[in-house]
Amino acid sequence: MFEEIGTTAEGDLLINVGPQHPATHGVLHLVLTLNGEIIKKVEPHLGYIHRSIEKMCESLSYRQFIYVTSRMDYLSAHINNHACALVVEKGLQVEVPLRAQYIRVIMDELTRIASHELWWSAMSMDLGAFTPYFLAFREREKINEIMEETCGARLTMNYMVPGGVMAEPHPDFQKKVKAFVADFKKTLHEYDELITGNIIFQNRMKGVGYLSPEDAISYGCTGPVARASGVKSDIRKIAPYDVYDKVEFDEIIETGGDCFTRYQVRIKEMSQSIRIIEQLIDNIPDGDFQAKTKAVLKLPKGEFYQRVETARGELGVYIVSEGAAQPYRIKFRSPGFSNLSALDHMVRGYKIGDFIAIMGTLDLVIPDIDR
Amino acid sequence: MFLKDYITDVYRATKSLLTGMKLTGYYFTHHKEIITEQYPDNRTTLKLADRFKGEVWMPHDENNEHACTGCSSCEIACPNGTIKIISKFDVSPEGKRKKAIDQFVYRLDMCTMCGLCVEACPTDAIKMRNTFELSVFDRNNLIKRLNEPGSKIREGVE
Amino acid sequence: MFSLEGLTNFIHEWLNGHLPATFALLAEFVLVGVAAIGLFAVLGLGLVWMERKVAAVIQIRLGPNRIGPKGIFQTSADTVKLIMKESLTPANADKFLFNLAPFVVIIVAMLILVPIAFAKAFQIWDINIGVLYVTAVSSLSVIGILMAGWSSGNKYSLLGAMRSGAQIVSYELSAGLSIITIIVLTGSLKISDIVASQENGWWIFKAHIPAIIAFVIFIIAATAETNRAPFDLAEAESELTAGFHTEYGGMKFALFFLSEYINIFIVCAIGATLFLGGWMPFHVGHWAAFNHIMDYIPSSIWFFGKTIFLIFVIMWFRWTFPRLRVDQLLNLEWKYLLPISMFNVLLMTLVAIMGWHF
Repeated sequence: MFEEIGTTAEGDLLINVGPQHPATHGVLHLVLTLNGEIIKKVEPHLGYIHRSIEKMCESLSYRQFIYVTSRMDYLSAHINNHACALVVEKGLQVEVPLRAQYIRVIMDELTRIASHELWWSAMSMDLGAFTPYFLAFREREKINEIMEETCGARLTMNYMVPGGVMAEPHPDFQKKVKAFVADFKKTLHEYDELITGNIIFQNRMKGVGYLSPEDAISYGCTGPVARASGVKSDIRKIAPYDVYDKVEFDEIIETGGDCFTRYQVRIKEMSQSIRIIEQLIDNIPDGDFQAKTKAVLKLPKGEFYQRVETARGELGVYIVSEGAAQPYRIKFRSPGFSNLSALDHMVRGYKIGDFIAIMGTLDLVIPDIDR
Repeated sequence: MFLKDYITDVYRATKSLLTGMKLTGYYFTHHKEIITEQYPDNRTTLKLADRFKGEVWMPHDENNEHACTGCSSCEIACPNGTIKIISKFDVSPEGKRKKAIDQFVYRLDMCTMCGLCVEACPTDAIKMRNTFELSVFDRNNLIKRLNEPGSKIREGVE
Repeated sequence: MFSLEGLTNFIHEWLNGHLPATFALLAEFVLVGVAAIGLFAVLGLGLVWMERKVAAVIQIRLGPNRIGPKGIFQTSADTVKLIMKESLTPANADKFLFNLAPFVVIIVAMLILVPIAFAKAFQIWDINIGVLYVTAVSSLSVIGILMAGWSSGNKYSLLGAMRSGAQIVSYELSAGLSIITIIVLTGSLKISDIVASQENGWWIFKAHIPAIIAFVIFIIAATAETNRAPFDLAEAESELTAGFHTEYGGMKFALFFLSEYINIFIVCAIGATLFLGGWMPFHVGHWAAFNHIMDYIPSSIWFFGKTIFLIFVIMWFRWTFPRLRVDQLLNLEWKYLLPISMFNVLLMTLVAIMGWHF
């Protein structure tokens, strides 16, 4: 399968990017076929961080398997857990208390902002600007602190349980979230000044890595990548779960299809997430944070599917149950894998520098691709 | 007109670059807040969240008593097989046999700090502790016994 | 008043008084060599520390703070670490060129040090083609980089070297043209003449807008010539891992690293000499009293102050801007900087002929 890495028969250069490379942010291995600086082909080699999470989940009970999914897309760990909790609730037909739904959605949106902050900083660093990293991490740190206080961990929270959330939010939760929202609004202009408006950045992003709506659909791209190509794909709008049908927010759809549009979609999504949080944070209803469930959960025989919108796109969880305490078969439809498949189509004919920009705007999390 | 566009281009580019430099210049001249933590130095002042999940811990009171009945709920709840409860039977003065823990074995090397065991515990016998400097040189030291030697179950805990 | 001129004169007289003329000259050569190497070491360590501190302050953090007060010995510790490391030569490398390349780069950097006036009458060699010498020799450094990239036998290195070649050759044009705009005014290539011509004010203030344009273009071209961000395509960490010095380690890598900072110092020194008056204190026209007060500040402090200010500006660029793409880099030079600087030379010639400058 692995050909000898060197030069092709046509005299093109073969270059390995990864598994250890500063721009791949993880153990992704890409083989680039280069004609000078021009990229002719990109071939991803996967499997360096494959931990067989799907198989692991089949040996765990419905309460236990949720925590494993935090390790897939560790930047939207909370949203992954949410998907799993939702599919179990769907199978058990449990009514989740409204309070838990509110908390879940606020947490989801905080996770989304944190993930987009990290994407922004990492992408800027790929493009050679280092300072954004620290400006974004300053804001992200506040989210992490909120998570740490309420969930007990900063990245792999495991706050979701089937039927609600694990614990009451911390007493300071509302206060801290509101303080974060206020701070975030104040610092949002820095993103424009430092990166978005910068002429070097714009020249590197505009018109690079075009993905047409047809291609976006045929490659199965979702999330900001698809929305930047004008494809309506926000699960929060298409198939609302929890309280997403009760809040007002816009699905950001742009039609540019290039790197700059993808960048803008994510930046605008952060503001929309802030909008959702603002609507919910003051109106968290009283009540239980967790529905009463049995000690041992058993899904009825059948197939269950639930999709959610993670920071990277559509995450689907598919469970086949034989009626036992463990799932018979479980499958995740991860957004990163589909988005990566469009990479080869997008980079052909562009230069190495563009390849880095396109990789950056795809916002890949490698454990999400390999699982 | 070509020349006008050219000059506008140069003007816009310069302006956008200067905007960026103004921001970094602002941070250069307003160097008050530090976002990094001076970690090993600030050990004494470091404040972690109460709920921070560092390691599983079994609180003992001043009489060396804990609240663990040895029901194995945590062992069942743990997804990684981190917890192993070795139970024994205490014989009370009246001659009744009562189940109790002999050893509560906790394997830190297999723990993912998910907190499901704490969630599952019916008597709140185990908790997550804030400690996080858990590295050791010998991996055998990661296999811990959580119940103190000679400890026994608190009166009234069923 | 403190002056380096007195020191050199004293050493010169003392040596000539105690030794035959030939040996005195030889002794002076050795002294100059030792002084140059000492300056290299101090500059390398100091500028790396400065870069890290500037970056830290811009990025709202502390930067090196463990070794020595404010971490000033951090770079020395790093150097010790680099010396201890094995310097490996890859199996596919062209061994002779691979080992030669870092020395070519560092020797070129050393050669450019020759005509720079560090203070009043404190100069290694006041050669009469001073500025031309600097531009000519500095273009040699690309040979070292190409050598390193080619001989490493690594594709990343090769790409980095090729990028660097295109980049340095292009940017030399606009750097040269912006130097010429000042030469037009001074009428001499000799560094001491250029500095002396700024006695009644620095060129950047005296020669109106053309001088400012030339200064800006010079700073951009200097950044590009020294392969600094946003023009660090030859290294381009996120694209080519480390570009032309991917395969180098230990002290050989340290020489590349050192030469980068020495080159920054040199281009900034040239910029300070041409546009900001070199060691010349801040003088304003006929304000004799003001000029006299300014003269009390030693000339070496003026020179190093200006140079370090320019270095700071270049560092400021690095920690603000994203990197350009290789074709945009060449676009910027050939479509923007070169036409503007050509027009600017014309404008400056007009200014010089009509005598519109002060």
